[in-house]
Parts: sequence; C-alpha cells; structure tokens
Amino acid sequence: MTDRVDQRVREDRSPLSPAVLAGAQSFARSWATAVIGSSYVPMTRAEVAQHLQDLTELLVEALFASPFRTAPGHEIGSRLVDAHFTGTDTLGRTVQLLGDDLLVELGFPGDARLTSRLTALQGALAAGYARALRERTLAEQEAIRAAVLDARDQAESMLRASEARFRAMFTEAAIGIGIAAIDGRILDVNQALQDMLGFSVEEMRQYNVRDLMHPEDAGSVWRLYDQLIAGECDHYRAEKRFHRADGEQVWTHLTLSLVRDDHGEPQYQVAMIEDVTDRHLLQNRLRYQALHDPLTGLPNRALFLERLGRVFSNRARHVRAGLCYLDLDGFKVINDSLGHDTGDQLLVEVGRRLDHSVSGEGKLVARMGGDEFVILVEGSSGEQDIVDVADRVLTELEAPIRIAGHELSVSASIGIVERQLSGTTSADLMRDADITLYWAKADGKARWALYDPERNAREVARFTLSATMPRALERGEFYVEYQPLVRLEDSKVIGVEALVRWQHPEFGRLAPDRFIELAEETGLIVPLGRWVLRKACEEARRWLEEFGDAAPFVSVNLAVRQSRDPELVRDVKQILDECALPPHHLQLELTESAIMGTADEPLEALRALCDMGVRIAIDDFGTGYSNLAYLKHLPVHELKIAGSFMEGLRAENEEDPVDAQIVATLVQLAHALSLGVTAEGVETPAQAARLLRLGCDTGQGWFFARPGPPENIDSLLRGDL
Amino acid sequence: MHDGLERFERGWGERVERPNWAPADIDLERPSVARVYDYWLGGAHNFAADRAVAQKTLETMPELRGVVLNHRAFLRRVVRHLLGRGVRQFLDLGSGIPTVGNVHEIVQATDPEGRVVYVDLDPVAVAHSRSLLAGNDHVSVLHADVRDWAGVLASDEVDKQLDFDEPVAVLMIALLHFVSDEEDPWDVVGGYRDHLSPGSFLAISHAGYEADEETEASRQARKIYNRDVTQMTFRDATEIRRLFDGFELVDPGVVRVPAWHPESPADVEESGRGFPGFAALGRKAWR
Repeated sequence: MTDRVDQRVREDRSPLSPAVLAGAQSFARSWATAVIGSSYVPMTRAEVAQHLQDLTELLVEALFASPFRTAPGHEIGSRLVDAHFTGTDTLGRTVQLLGDDLLVELGFPGDARLTSRLTALQGALAAGYARALRERTLAEQEAIRAAVLDARDQAESMLRASEARFRAMFTEAAIGIGIAAIDGRILDVNQALQDMLGFSVEEMRQYNVRDLMHPEDAGSVWRLYDQLIAGECDHYRAEKRFHRADGEQVWTHLTLSLVRDDHGEPQYQVAMIEDVTDRHLLQNRLRYQALHDPLTGLPNRALFLERLGRVFSNRARHVRAGLCYLDLDGFKVINDSLGHDTGDQLLVEVGRRLDHSVSGEGKLVARMGGDEFVILVEGSSGEQDIVDVADRVLTELEAPIRIAGHELSVSASIGIVERQLSGTTSADLMRDADITLYWAKADGKARWALYDPERNAREVARFTLSATMPRALERGEFYVEYQPLVRLEDSKVIGVEALVRWQHPEFGRLAPDRFIELAEETGLIVPLGRWVLRKACEEARRWLEEFGDAAPFVSVNLAVRQSRDPELVRDVKQILDECALPPHHLQLELTESAIMGTADEPLEALRALCDMGVRIAIDDFGTGYSNLAYLKHLPVHELKIAGSFMEGLRAENEEDPVDAQIVATLVQLAHALSLGVTAEGVETPAQAARLLRLGCDTGQGWFFARPGPPENIDSLLRGDL
Repeated sequence: MHDGLERFERGWGERVERPNWAPADIDLERPSVARVYDYWLGGAHNFAADRAVAQKTLETMPELRGVVLNHRAFLRRVVRHLLGRGVRQFLDLGSGIPTVGNVHEIVQATDPEGRVVYVDLDPVAVAHSRSLLAGNDHVSVLHADVRDWAGVLASDEVDKQLDFDEPVAVLMIALLHFVSDEEDPWDVVGGYRDHLSPGSFLAISHAGYEADEETEASRQARKIYNRDVTQMTFRDATEIRRLFDGFELVDPGVVRVPAWHPESPADVEESGRGFPGFAALGRKAWR
C-alpha cells in the first residue's frame, strides 16, 4: 500500500518554486527524524523519508493555494494513519514541528497570513488524523470481534460435533451406561441400560443408586461404593446382580467411576454395566457339569470334597459328622463278564437306590469313581446314626437288579467313620473311612465295619515297623541275645539259643514276636535271619577259641520262609566257613509246621545241612501237628518241648499228672528215635528237678538264665555265677 | 505466541489434560500474547485485558515498544532479503494477529504467486487471519501448535501451499523464547530442518541477553509478563547459534536484532548495543 501512496503523490508536483521545494525537502528530513520510531510502519527509513517528502509538498501547495482550502490537511492526517503512523506521538511531534519549523524552512518566518493558514492546516491535519485513526481503530476492533465470534463459532461447532459424537456413543453403546449425582440420584441412563433392566429413563430417574441394591450383592460392592462416593477411590469393578422390571435377575459386570470437578471434588458417578447373564448361566452349567457324575447324576468327588471342606470350615465345637464309604463287592466280575454297558446300568441303579435310601437335609450321596460311593451325614448324633444309614443301604441293595434280562444280586462293603469334627480334618475322615472299608472287605464283604482307632493304631504300628525294618537292619538297630541251654544232669551249659531283638528308636526294645511275623510277610526275614546266623556263628567261634571243648553250640531259629530259601545251604556253609566254626557247633531250630508241612525241597536242604554236621532241632514240639511216623525219617537231632507243657510242673509241692505224663511220653518218644530233648520255659527249681526225673536231657528258661548279652554267657562258662 | 495462549489457559505448572476434541475456551478477560503484541505495534486488534497488561509492562520497560518494533522490522528485512535470494515459499510460525506489513503483503508485492502459510495456536488470531485472507489462494492459515512439527508438516494447509523439493523459508520471529528448555526448542527446530531441502532457510529472532547484561527494569518487565501473560525463556547468542545446527549462518551470523542487515546505519546506532534480543538467518547445508 505504500507504493500506491508514493505513486499518486509523485504525479502532481512542480508548481512550487525551486527555493520553496528545497525548503520543503529540508523540512521533510527533519520530520522523518522526528517521527521514526514513534510508530511501526512497514517501510525502510528511506521509504519513510520519501513518503513524508510527498506529504510535505502537498502541505506546502495547500499553504500557497488560492483559494485556500483545509481539505489537504485532512488528507495528510488521513494518509499518516494509512501508512500506519498510528502512534499518537507521531501526531504530536508532527504538529509541533510544523508550527516551529515549516515557515522558517520555507523562508517566510513571521508571515501572518501563512501562519494563519498553517494553523488552519495543522488543525485540519489533526482532525483528519483523528478521524482516520478512529475509523481504523473501529475497523480493527470490529475485525477482532468478528474474529472472536468466528473462533467461538468454530470452537462451538467443534464442541457440538464432539458432543454429538459422545451423545451418539452414549446412546448407541451396547454396554449399559448410567450417570448419577454423588447423592445417588440417577440423572441419565442410555438405551442399553434401559433395555437391560426393563425401566425407562423416567422410571430410572425416580431411583437412587442405593435402590438397586440386591440381597445377593457381595459386601464389597457397597463398601467400595461408599469409598468411591467419599472420593477415596476413583473406580472399581464388581460382579453384581440387578432386579429387572419384570422380576427376573440380570447378572452384570459393573464398572463404577467417579467424575471429579475442576477442584477434584466428587461430582458424578458413571456406571458401565455389561450384561453377563448368559455367561453366568453357562458358568453355572459348566460348574454343575464339573461337579456331577454324568453317569448317575450324583455329585462327584470334587463336589463331595468341596462340601466336606465346607463342613469342616463351618464347624462349631461339638458338631459331629459321619461318612459311609461304600464299594460294591465283585463289581469287576460283572463288568468283565456282562460288559461295561451292563456295569454302567448297574451303577446307575445303585446310585438311584442310594439316593433313594439316603435323603434329607445334611446328607449327600456322591460317586467317587468306579464302583465307589460315599455318603456324608452332617450333624450326626453318634455312630448309631451312621450305622442305621449303612444298614438301610445294605437292605436297599438286597433286592436283585434286573438289567438286560439278567437278575443281578449285588452286595456292598461299607466303611463307617463318625466323630466330632474338632480335632480332626477332612483328610483324616476320608482316610479312616477308606481304611475301614478295607476292613469290611477283609472281614468278609457284604457288611459294614466301624472305624476302630485301636485296630488302626495296631495296623499303623505294624505298618510302621515293616516299613522301617530294612533301614533298621542297615543301621544296626537289631542285636542278638543268648539264653543258655543247660544239661540237667550236671547243670553244664552245653549250648545257647540266639534270640534277635530290635532296639527301635520309637517303640524301644522289641521282642521277636513283634516283628518276626512281619519280616516273614515282607520277606525281610531272609536277610535278617542270615544276619542273626552270622552274628551267632561269630560269637560261637569266639567261645570256641576262648573255652575250647567247654564252648557251647549256638542254636539259631530258622523261619519257614528261610527254610524254603534255595540259598539256605550255601549261606550256612559260607557263614560256617567264614567263621571257621565246626558245623556241630551250630544248631538250627525249626517249627513243626516248617518241617512237616513242607515238600521235598526244604527237606533236601535239611538233609544237606545234617550231612554237613549241623544239628537240627524241632522248636515248640507238641504245639503243632507232627506226623510221628514221618518223624523218624527226618534229619533231626533234638526236640524242644514247648513251654506250655511246663505249667503243670512248676509248683513245688504238687504237679499236674497230665502234663507230667505228656512230658514223660514225649521224652520216651524222642529217646526211642535217638533224639535229644530240651525243655523250654523252665522257671523253678521244682520244674528242673522233675524234668531231670522224667529223663529230659536239657533245660532252658529263667530258672537257669534269662536271655542276655554274650558276656553273660562268658561269665557262666567261667563259672563266675 | 503460539504456545502462550495454550499454556496460559492451562495454568502454569498445573497441566489440566484437555482432550483434543474439546476446544479451548475463548475468554476475553485473559490476555493473549498475540493481541498484546498487536497493541505494542500500535494496532487495535485487542481488548481491555490485553491493553492493561501491555501498558503495565510498558510502564516498567518503556523501551519495549521499540523492541517489538525491531523484531517486526527484522521480519520485514529478512523476508525482503529472502525474496532477493529467490525464495518464494514461506512458513511463518507463530504468526499472531495479522497487522500491517504481513509476510504475504511483502512477498506478493514482489511476486503475486508467492506462497505463505501462517501457523498459530491462538484461535482468534487464526480466525482473524482467515477472514483477512479469504480469497487469497496462495496463502493458508493453520491452527496448530508449532511445537508439533510433525503435525504442522503433515497438515493440508502446508501440503496445499508448499513444495519442499524447492527452497522454503521457515520464519520463527519472536517465537522460541516462549518455548522452555524442557520443551526442547532444539528438537522442534530439528523437526522442521529435517523436512527442508538443502538451500532452504531458517530465520529466527529471539529475546535474550549475553550473560549478566539484563537490566533490572527488563527483569521486572519480564516478571510481569511471565506472571500475567506467559513464561519467557531468554537465551544468549551461543544458545541461539545452537538452534542453527545443520544450517550455515548467513552473514553476519547471530547478532542483535537491529544489527541484522540494517537499512540505515542510524538504526543500529540507536539500539544496536545492549538490545535485548538476537536475530539470524541460516541456510540449510548441502550434505
């Protein structure tokens, strides 16, 4: 725009004289210097100077014009504003400079007419400037206000657009959304929430959030709600049920959020509610399936254990409960012979009968798997309650079951446990019921058995012993004691019986009757017997070295299982060799049944041992069933008469004639077969005297000595006692 | 100025996150950097609140009007300089309220086909610019935060007017002192620089002193401005030189604003030494 101004001014110059023109140029330079910096004008310094030069010429022309007019003054003021000399200092300096310098520069100082004209032009310039600046200011104010309105329109239309978007999102969302005031008044709900709950917006607005409480709500839902309302938390999620308008229930996933105002104070609450009813029902069905047996429809093991766990977690001090653990007898045979299908139908019928016979509050019938069922009775008053249940079940199962043309008779065995819940656990209860079921089976099936803690303790102890025995042997918990075998004739110790003992770390010193039978069952008797044999032979060797001809033989018990061990002869020979013990210093004791009831092989072994020179004795003779005819063919050297026959010979003054006769007969029998006779259990001097009179060769018993460590035998042999 | 309004409305130090769909309030009770600047330049595109702050600052530091005027004069000089070098495309960042001597007026006086894109964050400045420029096909106005260089460069307005295969002049006049060190003006400049073809230009004028030069009056004025309008970060010549990383400085390099290619020696004499601001022009290097 500056170019336009300059061009127009340049066109009409020249009417002025060169002297006046020079004065005007000089004035223009002073003017430029005075106003530069007083306003922002988009011109270079030279451009400013040129612009003012043009205005000065216009002014000077007006000063001399005829007729005189003030209009150019107006124009100059206006053009100053146009060129953006909008700083008011510009006008002040201009007016002052015109008055002070212009007429002097032009060479007319003090000219009254020109001074008057100049004053008029100054006034016109100021008026023109003021009007132009006012118009420019108004125009710019107008423009900036219009810009504000535009900007606001723009902002509002964006706001409206975004509001419309959010409103659409709220309205169209598939998830239910509700907004409520902090006091719980519901302000707005979207269509999805209306549909979900079956209430209109108007109806919902009648409600307070707390009216939507459901009796099944978890306590945490409303505790968190209070925290949120108080501004202590900003959002939470919960599973929550709502009542629908039609009375049905809706399961939902709820997310509640707090909206705060600019100061952080709680302002609104926003609920996002997702209908998860279908998912919930599916979960219920899946849960039902997971907890029930598909075949019988009865609760399964998982549900039973869950219920049992609940019983235990809710227990009061004196509450009792009972279990029947039931297993069908011979189910496998039915399954194998008639097929699984029949087996399955049988289980279904059994399940039905169980369910039928056991009904009522606090009772649960479950199928544990296979043909095992369990009945839980909560709040029983004593064992009899459960026994009654078991009896009813057994009766119910008596009637034959018809399946596919077969009349099937089934029976069941039941283990019963009933007890007070405090001091026991669900696992204890299950284990004891299982054990008791096993007892019922072992006792003959088709019956119930009642848990017996003493029986259980015995079995546990047996189990513990048999389980710990192998390690006990390794750890050297066994040791051997010796009891003298005394020749009655001269009271000389001719032999010793080796007796194994177990120093158990938990149960203390155990006699053989506590563990030999177990060792036979487990087979540990073979290594244990071998260990005892070696120990005894080593001791015998020592005695032989120490006492020479006076040394006793050792008599070692041989269990049935040992006598049938094919390695027996080899083992004995090896041990004798290793101990360098002459075979006749070893006697092996076997029971009647071990010898009599055997087939040929063990007998062969005995013959081999006998041939080797080892003595064989029959232990506890007279308590078993000996074949006397057979006896004479056996490789036997000694009969040991059982201690039970010594009872009648014990008293000092009188004797039982029957016992006396038996012992006499046995002695005669033995001697007729050239066998020696040892009497066991000799406890009194009277017994010893009578046995000697009856012809018995050897005696053993407390009267002579109790079993003891080998050193005791040493003392006896030395005659210390 | 682009970021002044934004930051002012958020409240300094306490940033309220406003989603970008919610337009900022247009509150005439709050001073706007762009309108305060317009007042200092002698314009009437302003309101009472703007004038109150502008006058208060002027009372403390009367020379401020001259300072503003000098930045504006630098804009005129540098655009004319660039036109002389054949540049016909201009990206004016933080353009503010259009007043006399706008970039497009200078450019189109030389070449009616010259292209200009104005960018500002002040919605009123943008609205005013748009109404002023309605019908001028070679000029566009973009409402954006200039710190978001990626957004600016990807905008339709820039895409419509500027061809980055040809030299473009990026103008940051009296702008970067509104970008704090934390907001990393060097990174902002780098974003634009990397988009320019070699031979393009960057012009900066920036408030600042050499160390320990600032007068007490200036410090006071800055305090008022910081409190009432927006935060300013003064930088010295060395820091400003770093903004031209990747550019070759056009002579005379980083100098006081009036001393950059003055139109008359008198201009420099007046306010050259101790002027509270620097200016420079850089040309993107050929690699």
